[in-house]
Amino acid sequence: MKLVEMKGITKRFPGVLANDDIDFSVGPGEIHALLGENGSGKSTLMSILAGLYRPDRGTILVRGREVWLRSPRDAIRYGIGMVHQHFKLVDNFTVTENIILGHGRTPLFHNLKSFSEKIAELGGHFGLGVDPGARINQLSVGEKQRVEILKMLYRGSDLLIMDEPTAVLTPQEAAELFANLEKFAESGRSVVLITHKLNEVLSVAHRVTVLRAGRVVAVMGREEVSERKLARLMVGGDIAAARREEFCRVGEVVLELQGVSASKDVGGQGLKRVSFSVRRGEIFGVAGVAGNGQKELAEAVAGLRWVHSGRIFINGVNATNLSPRTIADLGVSYVPEDRLGIGLVPGLGIVDNVILKNYRKPPVAGRWLINYRQAEKEAEWLVKEFNIKVADYRAPVSLLSGGNMQRLLLAREILGNPLLMVVVYPVRGLDVGAAEAVHRMLLEMRLKGAAILLISEDLDEIVKLSDRVGVMFEGSLVGILTGGSIKPEEIGLMMMGLAGPGVGA
Amino acid sequence: MKGMRGFVRLEKRGGVSGTSVLPVTILSVLLSLAFGGIFLQLTGHDALEIYGLMFSGAFGSAYGISETLVKAIPLMLAGLGISLAFRMKLWNIGAEGQLYIGAFAASWVPLTFPDLPAYEMIPAMILLGMAAGGLWALLPAIPRAYLGVNEIISTLMLNYVAILWVDYLVFGPWKDPKGFNFPLSAPFSEAARLGTVGNTRVHTGIFFALIVAVIIYIIINRTKWGFEIRVIGESEPAARYAGMDIRRNILLVMLVSGAICGLAGMTEVSGITGRLQPNLSPGYGYTAIIVAWLSKLNPFAILLVSVLFGGLQVGGYLVQTSGVPASVATMLQGAILFFVLGGDILTRYRIRPGRGEVA
Repeated sequence: MKLVEMKGITKRFPGVLANDDIDFSVGPGEIHALLGENGSGKSTLMSILAGLYRPDRGTILVRGREVWLRSPRDAIRYGIGMVHQHFKLVDNFTVTENIILGHGRTPLFHNLKSFSEKIAELGGHFGLGVDPGARINQLSVGEKQRVEILKMLYRGSDLLIMDEPTAVLTPQEAAELFANLEKFAESGRSVVLITHKLNEVLSVAHRVTVLRAGRVVAVMGREEVSERKLARLMVGGDIAAARREEFCRVGEVVLELQGVSASKDVGGQGLKRVSFSVRRGEIFGVAGVAGNGQKELAEAVAGLRWVHSGRIFINGVNATNLSPRTIADLGVSYVPEDRLGIGLVPGLGIVDNVILKNYRKPPVAGRWLINYRQAEKEAEWLVKEFNIKVADYRAPVSLLSGGNMQRLLLAREILGNPLLMVVVYPVRGLDVGAAEAVHRMLLEMRLKGAAILLISEDLDEIVKLSDRVGVMFEGSLVGILTGGSIKPEEIGLMMMGLAGPGVGA
Repeated sequence: MKGMRGFVRLEKRGGVSGTSVLPVTILSVLLSLAFGGIFLQLTGHDALEIYGLMFSGAFGSAYGISETLVKAIPLMLAGLGISLAFRMKLWNIGAEGQLYIGAFAASWVPLTFPDLPAYEMIPAMILLGMAAGGLWALLPAIPRAYLGVNEIISTLMLNYVAILWVDYLVFGPWKDPKGFNFPLSAPFSEAARLGTVGNTRVHTGIFFALIVAVIIYIIINRTKWGFEIRVIGESEPAARYAGMDIRRNILLVMLVSGAICGLAGMTEVSGITGRLQPNLSPGYGYTAIIVAWLSKLNPFAILLVSVLFGGLQVGGYLVQTSGVPASVATMLQGAILFFVLGGDILTRYRIRPGRGEVA
């Protein structure tokens, strides 16, 4: 008997048919990969199974019995637990407190110690070692994920839904997670792995369901699939991968950091004496687990964060702590991590967003007034040139799809022919096709002679695009790797602060 | 707004069509009238009759219309001033105080130089009234810009200071010696009075409001400065990213916002009372907040909505003769705001029965 069966699930959101008559099932002891691009409906489907959404049509059976899941609590009662991509933990509570928090059976007066022992035992059993007394904000991302899993195990989950679990992990942490999931499956429990990474499917899943545009396009066993086949099913055709040409003329130094230190948003050192340089025609990738100083690095270069020691040179000019506007005028463009809200103004239309950086300069700007006819012309040109799909130039950009938003943002930042581009997580949340388009845009800029500082969590992206890779750990640049033979595993070790080749800048 | 827990849940609608906003607003106003009607019926009045009286009193005669416009002028100016600050999500609740301070500074001119000719007197009063209103608004803007002090509280508190300052003047140093001890300043000379339309009380301040509306429209939609205001209002991080000076804009926007509210004070003393006196405003500065909000900060809508609210006030005064307190107008104002805000949510979200989803 199947552990969970979903039949004919349909869910419509305003303007989108997220799930269209989907059948999906998981057997006991099975690791089932749910593969699909962003927007293919996989998160919606699993949110329905976790009790977060209710389907418009369709039925859900748990162990052969039809159930109504009206809330996550209902789902948990049937043994279904979901670990979200963004952890839902209280930062200044301990592991134990987080795990018992909101758990219905916790008595009014309780003995934390007995809970802690139980949690430690549970962790030991599944190889999820974590100190029950530690506070969440002391834990690494991988450990936080373990707490989330423990939380679900503690509540008696037989089916664990993992939403893009490796997005925030180093390759080593990911391997450890997969080993744990396998152990979990061996004990007769089941796992649904939501992912868009093909190699994960091949390495850990027993079966795979591929979704495209809200419909099931294939259900297959591991032995039947190959990476190529899965990619084609997922995208619905072949995609030309952007490729970096090894040979490129590297020119003079455009960006140089000398011992740059800066603070975090709240207390503590965000950047610690970081030094490196980037030349024309070069992509310098910065790898690291999120929160190890990448955001601070990008902001310091763009003039949005105060540098308290060290110096930054841009094209030979000392640009340390200059205003963002002056730095932009030096030929620096910046594609920030948060597209909507920083890079783009959500409530304003395409035209206003296109002129966000050059609204003060002719020909868009007059002495007092903005020449909107000129601005519209620029926007139309940009939309055509960069193949952005726009229904209405006046509608808020927040209504654009993620891929179109990112294309618009990149297009605007490329428009001024920058000397240096600072690009942070450029393909986060984009589907494969959109990500390739973004990569092509960056590689084209490299060939045109721009210096590019690429910050990313995605090691495949870093390795694919970068001429050199710097690795950040706890605010320091722990090493720089050069040449065509950069291995993700090597970067991964450095990301955890475990190894450094000691290659100087 | 994320999904709510409860027996109903809110689901976001696909997109808000511009055409659905107006009917929803009108429906909301009708609903608030129905709501007010229930109260009137419960207190033993005939709601339809009262509303009929209010409407015909406010709009049914040339006199009524003129009085409605008289009340609308300060609402227009204060509403326009407020709208500029609101556009940047600066919550200037201090229009009432800025109006009083503008009235005070404008009054200083004719009280000190009663013999100035009109072509010097009026511009000087406008200038001083606006400058004072602007500086009064700058006072809370400075701590807001440099220390992040909440402007809602500080602008609101300064209202009481401004009102009491005017009280002090008319009860004390500026009291008219020939005024039989009434708390009024000496009357202004004829040169300090704005012209009126025909033999109504409608004064040329109405043209000021029209001009200000056009100027604000151009500033917001066509100028570089207006672009900065819109971007900052939508997203401060984006504005900082684009290299905009947020502090400078906080100071500047509050200055101009206060100046326009100050102009409202100037037109009241120069166009209506002809002297400085307490109770210059029956809360125009507060009603103007509702006006600006209902108008979705659109300057021309502010002009229209001000007339409606002016009429509401006139109608409210009028029905007192039939034993209904004038505060029925205040109640209706509140109800209108309440229903329009509610309608606003309904245009953006759809209510579905059932337990909340965590979206």
